[in-house]
Amino acid sequence: MSDTKKPFMNTTRRQALGLLALGASGVVMTGLPGFSRAFAQGTKDAKGQLTVGFSQEPTVFNPHMPHIEVDEGIHFSIFDPLFYVDEKGAFVAALAAEVPTVENGGISADGLSWKVKLRNDVKWHDGTPFTAEDVKFTLELLVDPNFRSWRKTGHEFVRELTVVSPTEITWKMEKPFAPYPSILASTFITPKHALGSAADRNTAPYNNAPIGTGPFKWKERVAGDYILLEANKDYFGAGPHIETLIYKYVPDLNVLYTQFKTGDIDVVGLQWITPDHYDEAKALEGKVVTVVPGSTVESFTLNMERPQFKDPKVRKALYHAIDKQSIIDALYYGLPTPTESYVPQQSFYYNPDLPKHEYSMEKAKALLDDAGWMPGADGIRAKDGVKLAFTCSTTAGNHIREQVQQYMQQSFKDLGIEMTISNLPPAVMWGDYWMLSKFDSVIVGLDFLTGPDPDTSDFFRSTSSAAKGGAGQNTWQFANKEVDDLLAKGGSLFVPEERKAAYFKIQEIMRAELPFLPLFQYATVRGHKQGVENVVFNINTRIDTWNVGSWTVS
Amino acid sequence: MLSYLLNRLWQSLILLVLVSTIGFAVLNLAPGGPLSQFALTPGMTREALDRIAEQMGLNRPLPIQYLDWAWRLLQGDWGTSYRDQRPVLEIISGHLFATLLLMGSSTLISILVGTWIGIKGATKRYSLFDYTATIGAMVALSIPTFWFGLVAIYVFALKLKWLPAGSMYTIGDQSFSDYAIHLIMPSLVLALVNIAVWSRYMRTATLDVINQDFVRTARAKGLAPRRVLMKHVVGNALLPMITLAGLQLPTILGGALVTETVFTWPGMGRLFLDSLGYHDYPVVMGLLMFSAILVLAGSLIADLLVALVDPRIRLG
Repeated sequence: MSDTKKPFMNTTRRQALGLLALGASGVVMTGLPGFSRAFAQGTKDAKGQLTVGFSQEPTVFNPHMPHIEVDEGIHFSIFDPLFYVDEKGAFVAALAAEVPTVENGGISADGLSWKVKLRNDVKWHDGTPFTAEDVKFTLELLVDPNFRSWRKTGHEFVRELTVVSPTEITWKMEKPFAPYPSILASTFITPKHALGSAADRNTAPYNNAPIGTGPFKWKERVAGDYILLEANKDYFGAGPHIETLIYKYVPDLNVLYTQFKTGDIDVVGLQWITPDHYDEAKALEGKVVTVVPGSTVESFTLNMERPQFKDPKVRKALYHAIDKQSIIDALYYGLPTPTESYVPQQSFYYNPDLPKHEYSMEKAKALLDDAGWMPGADGIRAKDGVKLAFTCSTTAGNHIREQVQQYMQQSFKDLGIEMTISNLPPAVMWGDYWMLSKFDSVIVGLDFLTGPDPDTSDFFRSTSSAAKGGAGQNTWQFANKEVDDLLAKGGSLFVPEERKAAYFKIQEIMRAELPFLPLFQYATVRGHKQGVENVVFNINTRIDTWNVGSWTVS
Repeated sequence: MLSYLLNRLWQSLILLVLVSTIGFAVLNLAPGGPLSQFALTPGMTREALDRIAEQMGLNRPLPIQYLDWAWRLLQGDWGTSYRDQRPVLEIISGHLFATLLLMGSSTLISILVGTWIGIKGATKRYSLFDYTATIGAMVALSIPTFWFGLVAIYVFALKLKWLPAGSMYTIGDQSFSDYAIHLIMPSLVLALVNIAVWSRYMRTATLDVINQDFVRTARAKGLAPRRVLMKHVVGNALLPMITLAGLQLPTILGGALVTETVFTWPGMGRLFLDSLGYHDYPVVMGLLMFSAILVLAGSLIADLLVALVDPRIRLG
């Protein structure tokens, strides 16, 4: 094998992240020979057919246009990024010949100059060779003001994009931006020759017949029904091992599960098996059913600008009054994991040493008494003319959450706190009501991290509240100088260990301040038929099929 | 006759304008919008949402958006979907076949079987058959289609393995017999309720006619009972059914949401619900106009047919 095609190392997460370190005395990769994509070339053993069921319909096939998570299932099948994040959190080269690091000269010590070497053996699905021009086109398209770009974050700092050779591209960053590698890991490269020639890239025919470099080629779509992909026999990686890949849209979860049982669906994708079916599903013959953690963290979220919630003792008392374990066991079939942090527990940046939540009505009561919140004539506590009463909202029709609310309402009532349930349909709930912080409290499940990166500036920075004129999703209106500083620091550090310290501290502060009361980290029940291998869960991506190119079926 | 037709067309046009303005207003004034589904996406900001809204022209005043849409429609441009950027007309016609197949076959079954049960029940009133049919109709009308569909799948697909659990065809097969075998369960499940409806209507209509003087006359002049029934009774009893069938035309093409969902049938009903869920206004408006036109056309055709068949009615 030539130099540019040397096998990638299967490094530990720490090592891989360490390679991005600026000025760090780099960790030497002592990896095992590694990821199967490296042994690419030659004959493909693609055979058979596999049907993946999704309960939402993928409709957006240009990965740079506004889309929802289910669309990414198709993107991962058809396209490749420069490099992606595996299930351990390590970057693995895809279209790039190697992951750019400080060590290999890919990223300059100050984080401002980037140089990416590309593979020279990659072809688009129509046979055109892939070159650095395509990378340049993609990064420019993402910030094109005439293009309905999904996300400009990070890309907007890119300057002086230069194609050095067909296999090398360089650029400068306007400022050091630590999350950029994570963003690039979910930025799929699109072809200049196919999409670039369209007069209007928003409505180009390409968007409904995409051409990529990925393990599967677009074949046909029957709207409202299915998408049919076929193996890309010229794929540069090891896969694909499946001849025909079908994404079937099954809009109802009961029906999805039934079709999984009958064998019409081989792999239950997004929205998966409902928890109430778990006991039955795990006993099914010929099926592999597992519980995997999700990256979504459920919380009881407070509007910090409400006078009731300004007192930290009130927030602590509310937290004490929540019987997490009973909620999980009685209402969620015991599947989710209780948590104290907004960071998924499988993440490199998860702080495991946060104080454990304790359910104690006595402590809650003592805290409120201490702080001077005394019951009035109506039995509801008040202090300085402020009643300890508030509304709690969530998506109407989410029956489990409605039961959680009723359960909490009862506990709070016993403490002399009045919680009124006021649920709204999803479109109202997650519109201005949420974005502009018009609520008192909300039960919500949020993905705080974007991919593997721990940066949460959009959520926690004091200038990120839309209600205060900021841009972002700090709907708690949380404002804390120390967190602001730590976020700024973490965003400009490239040494994972140093970044880790900053984000550990932020988690500590959030746990102490409690702008949201963390309840649990979601878990989902996934299933596939026996004989399908390599269906690996990855906390760093949003969709099941992130590695569909390496799936096999017997 | 011509002036009658012109008059009807003119009325229809006014109705269409009304339907479209009201529909457009209700859709757009309802909270949320095409971009609200992205609000909880990690890393999404209000700024980004505003930028995309601007690019899609969603922040223009509503009347401007409506006029823009209506003007394009007049030129034959039904717009493009917000979801996948395909032309609305292409999307609708893509789903139309699936719905026509399912609704067409199930309506055919239900009209034939329903009419037969209705006539038989009316002529043998208070017989065992009549009671069984009446009770059967009540039961069929009370069972939720969703539940009935799932039970059918459980029995015939999961346990007996006689029939496929859903879908319109096997991908890669798509032969006539493949379509047919996929059609059996959904069309029968759907027909069950409609048979009940049709049999009740037909029974009542037949009873109305059967006691009329001209029937007695026909019998008195010695016509064979079968001939009396077929020519005089059924012929007249079917008249109101024509109107009913005309009014059913839009439901035939509108699709059966529940059945389509249970049997993963990619028809119009699901298209409508999905488009509504994603606030895909161009498609929803397209479907609204499409079904409004069908309702108007259906009732017009029914009126014309009745006039044609019934010599007592003259249009003009």
